[in-house]
Amino acid sequence: MSDRQFTDEESVPEQGHDDVDPKGPDRESGNTREPLPDRRTFLKSAAGVLGLFAVSSCTWQEFFQKNFKQMTKEEIEGTIERLRTQYKEKYGKEFVVGAEGPIDGTLYAYGLDIQRCIGCRRCVYACVEENNQSRDPQIQYIRVLRFKRGNMDLEESTIYYNPEEVPEQGYYYMPVQCQHCANPPCTKVCPVQATWTEPDGIVVVDYNWCIGCRYCMAACPYMGRWFNFAEPVIPKDRINTQTHYLGNRPRMRNVVEKCTFCIQRVRKGKYPACVEVCPVGARKFGNLLDPDSEINRIIKTKRVFRLKEELNTQPKFYYFFAI
Amino acid sequence: MQRSGFFVRAVKTLVTGPPVYYVWVLVLLTFACVGIAAYSKQLQTGLIVTGMTGYVSWGFYIGNFTFLVGVAAAAVLLIIPAYVYQFGPIRDIVIVGEALAVSALLMCLMFVTADLGRPDRLWHLIPGWGILNLPTSLLGWDIVVLNGYLFLNLFIPGYILWKAYHNEPTNMRFITPFIILSIPWAVSIHTVTAFIYNGLAARPFWNASILAPRFLASAFCSGPALVMLLYQVVRKYTKFHVKDEALFKIAEMIAYAMAINLFLLGAEFFKELYSDTHHLSPLQYLYAGLHGKGRLVPWIWCAFAFNVAAFLIFLVPATRRNFATLNVGCVLIILGIWIEKGIGLIIPGFIPSPLGEVWEYAPTAVELLVTLGVWSLGLLILTLILKLIIPIETGELTKDARTAA
Repeated sequence: MSDRQFTDEESVPEQGHDDVDPKGPDRESGNTREPLPDRRTFLKSAAGVLGLFAVSSCTWQEFFQKNFKQMTKEEIEGTIERLRTQYKEKYGKEFVVGAEGPIDGTLYAYGLDIQRCIGCRRCVYACVEENNQSRDPQIQYIRVLRFKRGNMDLEESTIYYNPEEVPEQGYYYMPVQCQHCANPPCTKVCPVQATWTEPDGIVVVDYNWCIGCRYCMAACPYMGRWFNFAEPVIPKDRINTQTHYLGNRPRMRNVVEKCTFCIQRVRKGKYPACVEVCPVGARKFGNLLDPDSEINRIIKTKRVFRLKEELNTQPKFYYFFAI
Repeated sequence: MQRSGFFVRAVKTLVTGPPVYYVWVLVLLTFACVGIAAYSKQLQTGLIVTGMTGYVSWGFYIGNFTFLVGVAAAAVLLIIPAYVYQFGPIRDIVIVGEALAVSALLMCLMFVTADLGRPDRLWHLIPGWGILNLPTSLLGWDIVVLNGYLFLNLFIPGYILWKAYHNEPTNMRFITPFIILSIPWAVSIHTVTAFIYNGLAARPFWNASILAPRFLASAFCSGPALVMLLYQVVRKYTKFHVKDEALFKIAEMIAYAMAINLFLLGAEFFKELYSDTHHLSPLQYLYAGLHGKGRLVPWIWCAFAFNVAAFLIFLVPATRRNFATLNVGCVLIILGIWIEKGIGLIIPGFIPSPLGEVWEYAPTAVELLVTLGVWSLGLLILTLILKLIIPIETGELTKDARTAA
């Protein structure tokens, strides 16, 4: 059962990608948006003269914060306390910022049934809600490609479909998100190891370590990585306070983020939000190391394929045909 | 005393000059300030003020960076022909080339920093304090080779000029190994920069082995063209002497480099056009437009025309040996390579996107102004370096001599 209710089902098709600018739906207004006239912003502008520190409301501890992988337990606790205070100031709510490690004996993989997917994009919006993605500029980890029946030519596909009803006659759909490759081209190019594969197979980013060079975005063959071109905007009443350090905690501007298989959920034994919300059960998720898991059964018994297998990225994201 | 004596004289040399020098410096300073203002806006708002998007995630800054790495490399690679053809004292050639290399490198570093989302976290790149992801990240390697090259190009002329200033003979046995080391190092900075793009299987436009050789060939065109213009300015305003013959030799060499560059371009065209796979799409976008979008088409054909025209000018001895046509050729080639290796190389790498979408890119006013600022700062640095080192080199500014204005 989904723990997040979606009441705007009728409006889902209208919310489609058709007006999506790669940086957000209304970049022009984003450009000219007046900053909120609070003290922080004022100080920030003042610091703008000095240049470097204008990049964020940088506290001293934040500035010298280590890479997450190199932090001791105490340092992680201290960092999380600081982040919670920071988030409370910004969103007026108590946050949980988890740092749960991988569960022993897990290696996650994803299954997506192309035959079932109806292209409704509920996964796109559930993901935005769950993972605190910026609404302006707009970030959406999942792109649903629509193909005309008869080929799987990416150049012929589109994400800008906007019908009254889905599925449409003569088309099929293929959602694409981070494929959590076993041989990821994105992590190896990062000049500062701000992104890496966790032992449970999840490719994560330390948002506080990323220098914003965007090399990983150039390296990813699936467009699985997103950049916060401006300060992310999330309405206070839509913020999800149940977060993980390597997952859906609020991000800052000019850093890269991506799908983490909902690390804040799966490390507590829950399904990713996109799996739960899918109305046709096209999305499957499980542990590759468990021989009886659903994902293993799919890999063993169905016809599966992985996107761009010729690039040897070895995705842990399997598309399949259930029938 | 001696040390402060040098600094006083150095400052004196830098602040005295003909009116044209003051105007030039003032113009550069003004543009630099405009650039800094634009950059502070970018810092405060985020990279949204640029034309870059999730689709085209590198743009004008990285394009200029790539072009300038070529300039930095080629400025020093000129040592080889200078040595082979005996242009004159190799020392002189080295010094001006290295001054250009230093300025180009500083511009490279400024462009990369301007492109960075979080310049406040630059320290994450410092090994020991931060984490430099070696050996896997080519960007990490680029930082190593660029900084090493910057060190070499500061150290070599620094040593030579220090000796000249103190009227002591240069110990060539000490400095020659460094000069020789700087040659493969120059090749390495451009090769590693090519590999940054080359290694990405997600981007078929870059993922071709021809990329690094083409980088070097085109660098051998644009860098020496800049050096030729620079030599002419320098010998007009200072007592520094460069033989005409040396300039004509450089022009001839550019013709050969351009021939190789055009040949490699042809090879690229053949492979993509004849095999006619989806890998053709970026090239098609660049030269003909794709899905009705082709913002770069006029630019790249301009670059092509410039390169071919410059090739002919430098190939024919009559036009090569005439300063009017020679300088036209230099300007054409600098613009041509700047387009080809700047936006012409970076943008099509992202178009179409790995999922097949065509999202175009155009730099915004902020990007153009920041770029203008970086170029102005770079030229300012170059001007000041030359203003200081040429009197030392020609013996006008030494420990004993009176400072010549």
